Amino acid sequence: MNYTLLAALGVLLAVLVDTVLLRTFLLRRKGFWAAYVIVLFFQLVVNGLLTGLPVVRYDRDRIIGLRIVYAPVEDLLFGFAMVTITLATWVWLGRRDAPATNRAGR
Amino acid sequence: MHATYLLILLACVVGTAPLEIVLHTRVYARWPRLVVTLVPVVLIFGGWDELAIHQGTWDYARRYLLGVYLPGRLPLEELLFFLVIPTCAVLTLEAVRARRPEWLA
Repeated sequence: MNYTLLAALGVLLAVLVDTVLLRTFLLRRKGFWAAYVIVLFFQLVVNGLLTGLPVVRYDRDRIIGLRIVYAPVEDLLFGFAMVTITLATWVWLGRRDAPATNRAGR
Repeated sequence: MHATYLLILLACVVGTAPLEIVLHTRVYARWPRLVVTLVPVVLIFGGWDELAIHQGTWDYARRYLLGVYLPGRLPLEELLFFLVIPTCAVLTLEAVRARRPEWLA
């Protein structure tokens, strides 16, 4: 399976983790998107370094070819999936510690 | 330089550390919860990384790596990546919460 398809599936998995599996519903919260935009900016810097030097080299036959700051666009999907699953898990664990509150898991 | 990738990750750790001190994000302070959070992330995305290396989707330039590899040919730096970057993301979320608690209520 190529990276493009896997990355799209990663995003789908992240959405399912947030909405169905853990029911953290971070994707509806302004605070999640504020954090994601900040992370995205720094991802472009760090990923740009890793793919621009390049520390990481891609097989051109397995990516769609669109690049943003040197990085294949698939890396943005990979990053979104990783950040979303991370934050949903973090928030879910916080809720388990404090089941009385309905807030996004302190 | 063989330490290049490691230094990039170190810059991420150092760059986000002030959030814990200045904004009192209490992410490192709640380290058991952080460790549990990182387990599925390392398994899912580290596994994906190993699959991609195995399939030849991407590889790593040896000149920027320490040369320490985990089983499955995963460079040590890649394992650290899946610990460092998610931790930076959690620090960012908690920094947003510290400044705008109503955005996560």
